[in-house]
This record gives sequence, structure tokens and C-alpha cells, in this order.
Amino acid sequence: MNTSGLTLTRAGQAIPRGSIAALPFADFRRVVIDQAREGLAVAALFGDVPAGSERVDLYVVLADRESSRLGVGKTTLELDAFASLTPDCARVHLFEREIAEQYGVRPEGHPWLKPVRFHGSYRSGHDAWGRGPGEPIVVGVTDFFRVEGEEIHEVAVGPVHAGVIEPGHFRFQCHGEQVFHLEISLGYQHRGIERSLVGGPDKKTAHLMEVVAGDTSIGHATAYCRVVEALAGRQPPIRADALRAIALELERLANHTGDLGALAGDVGFLPTASYCGRLRGDFLNLTALICGSRFGRGMVRPGGVRFDVEPSRVEECSKRLKKALRDVTTAVDLLWNSSSVQARFEGTGTVSLEVATDLGLVGPAARACGLECDSRRDFPSGIYRFAQAPISSWNTGDVFARAYVRWLEIERSAAFIMDQLQSLPDGPIEAPAGALRPDHLAISLVEGWRGEICHVALTDHAGRFARYKIVDPSFHNWMGLAMALRDEQISDFPLCNKSFNLSYCGHDL
Amino acid sequence: MFRILRERFRQGKRTIPYPAGAPPVLPDRLRGLPVLDESRCRAGCQECLTACPTDALFQDGQGLALDLGRCLFCGECTAACPTGSIQFSTDHRLAVRAREDLVVRSGREYALARSLEGEMLRLFGRSLKLRQVSAGGNAAEEADLNVLGTVVFDLGRFGIQFVASPRHADGIVVTGPVSENMKQALFTTHAAVPAPKLVIAVGAEAISGGLFRGRSEVNDGVTDLLPVDLYIPGWPPHPLTILDGLLRLLGRIDARDAARMHPR
Ligand code: SF4
Ligand code: SF4
Repeated sequence: MNTSGLTLTRAGQAIPRGSIAALPFADFRRVVIDQAREGLAVAALFGDVPAGSERVDLYVVLADRESSRLGVGKTTLELDAFASLTPDCARVHLFEREIAEQYGVRPEGHPWLKPVRFHGSYRSGHDAWGRGPGEPIVVGVTDFFRVEGEEIHEVAVGPVHAGVIEPGHFRFQCHGEQVFHLEISLGYQHRGIERSLVGGPDKKTAHLMEVVAGDTSIGHATAYCRVVEALAGRQPPIRADALRAIALELERLANHTGDLGALAGDVGFLPTASYCGRLRGDFLNLTALICGSRFGRGMVRPGGVRFDVEPSRVEECSKRLKKALRDVTTAVDLLWNSSSVQARFEGTGTVSLEVATDLGLVGPAARACGLECDSRRDFPSGIYRFAQAPISSWNTGDVFARAYVRWLEIERSAAFIMDQLQSLPDGPIEAPAGALRPDHLAISLVEGWRGEICHVALTDHAGRFARYKIVDPSFHNWMGLAMALRDEQISDFPLCNKSFNLSYCGHDL
Repeated sequence: MFRILRERFRQGKRTIPYPAGAPPVLPDRLRGLPVLDESRCRAGCQECLTACPTDALFQDGQGLALDLGRCLFCGECTAACPTGSIQFSTDHRLAVRAREDLVVRSGREYALARSLEGEMLRLFGRSLKLRQVSAGGNAAEEADLNVLGTVVFDLGRFGIQFVASPRHADGIVVTGPVSENMKQALFTTHAAVPAPKLVIAVGAEAISGGLFRGRSEVNDGVTDLLPVDLYIPGWPPHPLTILDGLLRLLGRIDARDAARMHPR
């Protein structure tokens, strides 16, 4: 990484806020664009209004997968407008929209500056769209892209969908069955999570982390704990690290298995759909065997984990995991051996490596395009510093690739859990984290089942959260789904959508 | 084809017999119905109240109480209690018909959901079509509702089904604290269901707002917005808790099942 005036740090480390490079905006803009071109990921880009200030600070966290280093920089905006980075760096497009909505500053020249979650600005009297303070903001009401022309028609779906699923709005510009463009407009699930974290940590904080995306409770709770532990300057015991990793991989197993079942169901291949539906439950029940909750609620806490596994539980866990893995293997083999399934999966919803790179996709969706990124390897923390599952990727970028990468990860995660269960380090499972250092910044990166989860905390002079930024992997990936639909048949939307299976609440926060 | 059949045979029949058959085996660490024993409490103690993230615990003229409508089943209270006066049993049966029935007290029987009566029971008892509305839900409650459709629970065998349009539905199942941005869609969906109709609230957030209670971005759940017929507490509720609640509402669990499932 060419440091270019950024402050270097690592995931899981805390640095004094005073040490963060403060750049003039023009330099800030240039370094982000240049470094992104060099291949660095934009892990986070967010705003903050420091106490007692009128001006908005922008922070960026750039991630170098080669060296495991992070570069942090900030700039103070002199005006309520700045030159948008998006035209030169597509992967920040949604970050900039988020900053505009939250802080009422306008990225001039942003090609599609629209609200993200449809809420009022955090700085009253400042609005990026010039809306007055009392003016009602109605979710889903914005300028949608329109393709004009004869025989072009628009299809609008949602917010409430046909299945048992979260709400979101999808607009297709179609020519016959062919999709020219899909626009995804979310925000329906907005619960104000980031704002409610300010002033913490308090007795609600750890629980809130577990419902940032309720199907990723372990992932987000782990990211939170790493931030707190970095700020407190205390590492959890090694046994806790191992148990956290087991829980994280079980979360991956359950969700990937469920996704493969859902994909099978979508193309009408019922045997795999029904077996995987059940087997997903078997993995969730393994998490419940460890901590009482199928979703891992209450398991991961700052300082360690709340539940230990005695030898008989380890044995029971291994036994049931082995059996479930065998059943998943045969159930999923049916998928790969069915030509009708393969015909629907292959070549559908293709995202090129170039587009994936430009948009900064993460997780299985990125690895399915051949993008070799995995935070467990690139920014290892906890037990992943010592033990890793091989990275799983494919290169066709289609529904098949997204399914196949999940399958590879199921096999490898299961093997990883088996190893960990066999060689659990001895010792305690909790070491109190203690008070957080005042005026510090800490970043954590955790590879959740959907991809990279990034948490960034800034503490105030009393060691409370002055700003807490959460980037769920879905935030990077929704645009990938839109691109996957280009020139596809509209009838393939459900299949493409399931192959990404992104989080609405994790995006809407 | 042969592979498929062989695999079908190998995977076997997996549907649980619930509510018939032996009591379901649940994880020993599952936090189900809490049991309070106030007689053991220390005078003036407030530890559990202080620890609770959602103010689910409170003290009033009748003593210590735990409101399952707000409870995350997180166990912080148990951990904080110096006397072991709050314990979580593995009893998964939690659904009730009235908001106040969600309050657990020392030495008081928990009033599980009664069956619908008269015309409502006649209409819905054998066939209940539901529309799900996630209003700020976090995907866990939704996942456990979806699970009911798998071969394990096979909701269809009870005549209960999730449908794709409110106009085909007999009621709605609400999850989430009702985000401000979903409030209108919730009302519109509810209005589109032909009367008579049911409203079922699933999870702490749908019942009370849970962790988000009092925040301007949400509406503290559906309880004050629509008439709720069935409350299914949990964070998220176990699929069996949801199934049990639905079956009780439809009068499909009788006293015999109950006695067998939880022999005293
Ligand atoms: S289990 Fe329920 S009552 Fe106890 S602390 Fe958690 S939310 Fe409060
Ligand atoms: S902490 Fe225990 S002893 Fe104290 S009031 Fe609560 S239940 Fe009673």
C-alpha cells in the first residue's frame, strides 16, 4: 500500500483519533480514487459531526488485502457540498448517497443521487435535496430511472413481496421479457440502529448488534466485540476465539445450506429444496446446542463468549455435524447431477469480474466472479490467525458460480469446525474487556456468510461511542444484483435474487 | 432418477408428529418459559431490573413481574440474580391471546392461548391462510416462519398456509417493530384482507418494539396499531413456539396433548 498520507492500522487495533491523517478535501478525494484504482477495497466511507462543530468530517477506511493493512484518513468539509468521488470510483456510490442523506451534504456530480433509507437529515436545517425541516419524506418516492421508447414497459414489485421475506422495492425497465435495467430502492426496514449506538456501549448494545441482520447475529456480534476489545486493549481468551469461530462457521453452514435449498426450490427441483430446508435447521440446532439459541443470540460478548462446551457436548456436536454434512453432500450432489438444474443455473445472472471489481462486491458473490477476497484470510483475527479454511472461488459469475462457491464453503467450513472441535484450546472463555480508551478509533473486519462485515467505532473523550459505523456486506452487493439482471429475462429475477440472498435490514440498519 | 429415489429413501421421513407423539426434544440450554420464585428474592434487590436491556422486568403492587412481550430471552437477568430466583425452563409454549397474559409472575399459572370461538373457529379452524408482513423485521422471525413450511413441521398438514396476496388471506402475521417506513404498507395490507381477519404478532419487536421501543424510526410494534389476536413472544420464537401458538388458536391442541407433552 502506498500510504499517500493515510494513517496505517490493522483490523482489531485502536489508534488515537488525533493520529488520523487530516487531509484537505482534494487530497482526500485523490487518494481514495487512486488507491481504489490500485485495487484497494473501500471498507467504509462515512460522515461524522464532531461535538461542538457545524462541519461534517468524512472518514475513509481503505483495505489492502495483500498486506492486511488498513489506511484511514479524514477530511473536513467546508461546505454542504463536495465533488463526488463516484464518477471516478464507482464503489463509493452508495456510501456517498448515505452520507448525503445522513448529513445533508451534497456530492456534486453523483450520477444517481437518491435517498438510501428515506429518513430526515441528522443535521436539522441541512438537507441534500433541499427539503424543508417539516416536509414529509415518503419511502419509495424518488426519481426512478426510466427507459423511454416504444414497447418499453415498467414492472414495479414490492415493498411487500409474495413470500415470507423482508420488504424492498424493485423496478424493472423491460422490453418484452428482457430487462434493460433494474433499480432497487430500499429503506423500508430502517430502524435507526447506528444512531441508537451513539453514547454506548450500554446494556442494549450487544443485543442490537445481534439484530443488525438477524440471520448474521454471530457475524455482527463478533465484529462489535473485536472493536470493543481493540478499544479496551484486551484480547479475549484463545478458547473464546475458537468458540466464536465455530459459531461463525455454523452460521455460514446454516445459511449457505438454506440458500442452496432455496435455489433448488426456485427451479422446481424439490428433493434438494426439501432436504436442504431441513438440514439448514439441523445446523441452526447445533448452534442452539451450544448456546440455547438457534441464531446464536447471547453467545458472543465483549471479552469472550457466554457458553462453554464440555467434552460430551463437543462429542454430540461433532456427531451431529458429521451426519448433517453427509446428508447435505448427497442432497446437493443431486443438484450438480441434474441437467435441468444446471441448464437454469449456468449462464444466468452473470456478473463479470470487471464489474465485481469496480463495484467492490464482497463475499461469495465476489468470489463467484473470481475475485479472491475473504476477510478470514486477508485480515485474520481471533483463531483465523492460526487456522484457516482454504478460500473458495469460481470464475463464471453466474447463478451456478454463486451456488457452487457456497457448496465449497459448506465443505470447508464443516471441516474447519471439525478440526476446531477436536483441538479446542483449554482455558477460560471470558476475560472482562474493561473500559474503552477515550478519543480512539478502531476497525474490525469479519467474514460473515454474506461477506465482509466492517464495524468502525470512534470514542469521545469519555470513552463512549461518538460514532459507530456498520457496513453490512449487502451494502456493497445490492448493486451487483441489479447488474446481474441486465439483459436477463425478468422471469429469472427470483432465481438471481436468491443467488445473492442479500439482507434488507442489514442494508437499511 | 434412480439417484433421486435412493436419496429420498436414505433421507427418510422427517416430519415431527407434533402435537401428537412424544414431547419434542429441545436443546437443554434453550431459554423457554421463565419461572420466577419471588419468595427467594432479597429485600430491596433490583439487580435483574438493572440488567434487563428492554425493561421487561418490573415491580408493582403485586411484586416482581416479567413481560414476555418485551423479553429477549437473553438470560441477563438470570446471570445478574444473586439468589437464582429467575430461571428459564425449556418449555416452548408461550403464545397468548391477550397482551396482559404475557406477564409472568411468581407462582401464577401462565395463561396459554385459548382457541378461537364460534364463527371464527368455524371459518378458520380447518383452513387458515396467512399473509406475512415484515415491518422492520431482522430476518430471524421470518426465517422461523419459513421453517414451518419445511418437511420437519409441515404446516400444510394442519391446513395453515402462507399465501402470496392479502386478498387470499384470512389474516396477517407481523414481524418487526413496525418501522415508520413500513407503517403504511402494513395498514394497506391489513385493509386488503377480507373480514373477518386475524392479526398475529411474532417476536418481541412486533409485540412491543423490543430493543427499538421508544425510537422515532419505529412504532413500538403492532400492538397499538391493529387489534392483535395472537401474541407469540420470543427473540425469535422457536418454530415450535409459533406452531404451538397457531394450533392453540385453531383449537387443534387439546388438554390430552398438553398433559402428555408436559407431564407434571
Ligand atoms: S431474559 Fe428477558 S427479562 Fe431477562 S434480562 Fe433478558 S430481556 Fe430482560
Ligand atoms: S435479581 Fe433476583 S433476587 Fe434480585 S429482584 Fe431480581 S429475581 Fe429477585
